[in-house]
Order: sequence, then C-alpha cells, then structure tokens
Amino acid sequence: MNIEQLLSNPTEWIFNEGPNGKIVLSSRVRLARNLRNHPFPGWAKKAERQRALEAILPVVEALPEMKEHFASSMDNISAIDKQVLVERHLISREHAAKNVGSGLVINEKETISVMINEEDHLRMQAVKSGLQLKNVFKCIDKVDTELEEQLDFAFSPRMGFLTACPTNVGTGMRASAMLHLPALVLSDQINQVVQAVNKLGLAVRGLYGEGTEALGNVFQVSNQTTLGEREVDLVERLNKVILQIIEHEENARITLLEKKVNLVYDQVGRAYGVLTNSYTITSKEALNLLSMLRMGVDLELLPATTRGVVDELMVLAQPAHVQKAAERKLTAEERDCMRAELIRQRLSKISRPTMEQGPASKQDETETA
Amino acid sequence: MLCYICKQKEATVHLAQIAEGQMQKIDLCDECAKEKGVQDVTSVSLASLLMGMAGAVEETKTEQHGVQCPVCGFTQADFKKTGRLGCSACWETFDAALHPLLKAMHKGERHSGKIPSKAADSMALNMKIKELADELERAVRSEKYEDAAQIRDQIRELESKLKTARVRT
Ligand SMILES: [Zn+2]
Ligand SMILES: [Zn+2]
Repeated sequence: MNIEQLLSNPTEWIFNEGPNGKIVLSSRVRLARNLRNHPFPGWAKKAERQRALEAILPVVEALPEMKEHFASSMDNISAIDKQVLVERHLISREHAAKNVGSGLVINEKETISVMINEEDHLRMQAVKSGLQLKNVFKCIDKVDTELEEQLDFAFSPRMGFLTACPTNVGTGMRASAMLHLPALVLSDQINQVVQAVNKLGLAVRGLYGEGTEALGNVFQVSNQTTLGEREVDLVERLNKVILQIIEHEENARITLLEKKVNLVYDQVGRAYGVLTNSYTITSKEALNLLSMLRMGVDLELLPATTRGVVDELMVLAQPAHVQKAAERKLTAEERDCMRAELIRQRLSKISRPTMEQGPASKQDETETA
Repeated sequence: MLCYICKQKEATVHLAQIAEGQMQKIDLCDECAKEKGVQDVTSVSLASLLMGMAGAVEETKTEQHGVQCPVCGFTQADFKKTGRLGCSACWETFDAALHPLLKAMHKGERHSGKIPSKAADSMALNMKIKELADELERAVRSEKYEDAAQIRDQIRELESKLKTARVRT
C-alpha cells in the first residue's frame, strides 16, 4: 500500500478504547537490534547503509504481521508525510531526518512499525490502545523472534543485544505508556508523582515536548535501563507503577469534584466554549483544551461517545496533520484557522457539557475566589 | 531558572533521572539542549551529561590511547565525540572503557533477558563441549582409553556443529 492509503486509515490504537482507556491512551514497546557484520548506521558509509537496508527490508516485508503494509526508503517519503508519521508516533524525529539508506515498514493497522537504519539497524515497535504492555511486548517479541531466524543479530551472552548506544544495550527494549493526567496537573500533584516515578528509575516526559508541563496533560512513562533486568520483569514493574499513577489520578479527580467542583466545571465549560467558538487556534491551545474536554467526558459531564471525537482531534489538530489535510502549503496563520474550523466542525454535534445545577459550596467559593 | 550549561538563557528543557541511587536534575535552554542532542531522554547524551561520562571517557583515554576497533576503525575519540559505537565488534574493543559507564547507567552488569535461539544453540553446544572435556580428562586419568576415544569423537562432532552454527550466525 502507498502512504496515502496508510495515512487515510484511522489509526487503530487511537480510536479503540483499550483497558484503562480513560487514563492510559496507549502502550508501546520498542526493541533495538543490529546486524552482526555491518557497521552501525551512524558510522556506516552510504554504501554500507544501503547494503544493510537491502538485507533487512525484504525480510521485514515478508513477516506474517506485515501482510498488508507500507514500505519505503526514507528518501521517498515527503517532508510533510514524515511529520505526520512523527505526530502519530510511528517514527522518531531522528528517523524523520533520514533519507537515502534508511527505510520504514508499517503494517496497515499502524500497530507495528519497523524503522531501518535509525540509530540502530532495526528499531521495531508495537503499540496498542490503553494499558496492555504485556500484550504489546508479546506482539513485538514474536516479530523479533521471526526476524532473528532470518537475520544475524549482534548478540553477546554477557552484554545481550549490542546497540550503537550504551544506554540501550542488553534487552534493547523501551516500554512506555502515554497517560492523560489532567487532575494531577490541576491539583499541582504532578511534580510529586514525576519525582516518585523517577526515583524508581523510570522516566516521565511530555508527549509532544520535553518540559514536565506536557501539552494536553499527556505524559509518557518509560524504563531508563536495559541491562540486568529481564524483559518480562521490567514490563511487570512498569505496569505496577502505571497502575499506581492511575490510582493517584483517579483520587485527584474525586478530590477535585469534592473540593473544587467549580474549577472543574469552569475548565470543562471554558474548553467547550472556546473550542466550539474559535476561528483561529494554535495546536498548543487546542491540545490543552481538548485535554479538559476529555476529562469532562471521563467525569460524565459530556456523553461517553465524545471521547473518540476528542482523541481523534488530539491527533488531527497537530500541525502536520492540519497541513496534510489542506493538501497545499499553509502559513502558520492559515493553519491555525483551518485547525479551528476542523475542531468547530467535529464538535458541532456535541451538545454543551451538563453541569449539576445548584449553588456551589461556600468552601469552594473561597478557594476559587 | 537559568540553563545549567550556558548559565545565561532561560531553561526550557527539564530533565530528571536516577543515577547511582541519586536523583539528578538538569535544566537546559533550547539551544544547549539541541547542541547536546537532548531532544530525546533516551539518548546517551543525557546519560553522559548526568553521569559525567565525558569525564570517564577522558580518564580512560590516556590509558587506552590509540585504541581502535579492528573491524570498523572506530576510535576512542569517536566514541567520546558521539557517545555511540561503530559496530558490534566495538563492544569487545572498548570493553574496558565501557564497563564503568554501564555500571553507572544500568541496573546490572550482565544481560539476563532474551537469548536469540541461534545464540542459545551455540551456548548450549559450548557447555556440552566443556562437560565432555571434563569427562575426557577423567577417563584419561583413570586409563579408560576406549571411553576417552569415544568422548573425543563426540567432542569433535560437536565442535564441527558449533562451527557451522557460527557460520550461520
Ligand atoms: Zn544554555
Ligand atoms: Zn567497530
């Protein structure tokens, strides 16, 4: 299939609500692998990279998981399509910068993607909606085992899978989940949670940027170390930590409703008001407001069916997606206008949030005054 | 908050990581973050920044001056510059320099995860050969030469198997 067909398909993991889907957007596991007798991509000369690509690409394309797939050399993908792939988390920003000698294979459902000649010869990832790290690991582990039968992976019994960067050696695995944590942010507890998670040797970072104040209140939690711990143990450990974060977020939501219900109503109400009435909006503002709308759905202020619309918009409102939909080059101002139009249109059938009537408590008034 | 590196611009990139049981935080401005390649928390540049890897490499350089990978030509200086290795053989070549880094960076010093089936095959063969070699020695010592000859043939057979396995892998 070609890139237009791939990108026009709805991304399965975005639109299907998975386990713990209210708070966990997606689970992802990636494995780094290298061929034994080829220099690593960053050090290889152009011809050597090309040879590695030619050795790997047909094997990946022949995988049973890749029955329907998109495959291409990176120099044959346009800059805008590369950005769209980055925004869908199907390739890394690093890989988007690659050209001749690097390649990409993605299955039709966009649940498995294999980057060839990124920092390592192979970076393969599987992704599913919600919290299901174990399933995702099983899926990519199977792909790895199938590839290993055909390709000669660099492996040492002592060091494990050998990678270009020492931070990835061993399992070559990075497991992560995207969490939507608006209540922890609104109640100023997010920094505490981030620090506690960091202490466990896990990393927390924003979805679309590096700062701890993540856009759209989306945070990515992942392992930092790859040597000295079995894959299954790491997945189990990460899973446990994420379940705890979910519990904290749920508690923070309950507390907000009990103690600061006006703040919640205000945030959700304003988000709806702005999103349905704006004629120009940046992606940053859009993502942050969509986050509030998503929380409104979780708190049953909006119908449950709204979540799918919001999740889709969180993807489609990103710059490259807006640009791609326009089918022509847009200025930043034009992009903001088109984004506002898209959002107004998608939200047009969704009625305004219904807040419980009645005067707010005295305590609440003083706190939000 | 000012940038940790240039101490001039406002820090916009905030990173935290655990190293050797201690929480380390670093705040960088956009420019310095870009220059250090800290777009991605998973990159070694962060690890090197936080764990003083640049220093560690410098120290070992004097001892290992001129170390170069015989397979791909990558040098210690290249590693210092990029934080990446040149090929899988580099892992042997720079073993001594890598060891302290890995110790600071990871949970353990030995791989305990998945073993690809090809490697598992040759590892099992190696172990079997070692066992047989011990048996052979015992047989010779107790003057059971017929047994010894048999064991020796078994070892030879396994060794040739191991060789073809290596060619494959
Ligand atoms: Zn700076
Ligand atoms: Zn080398």
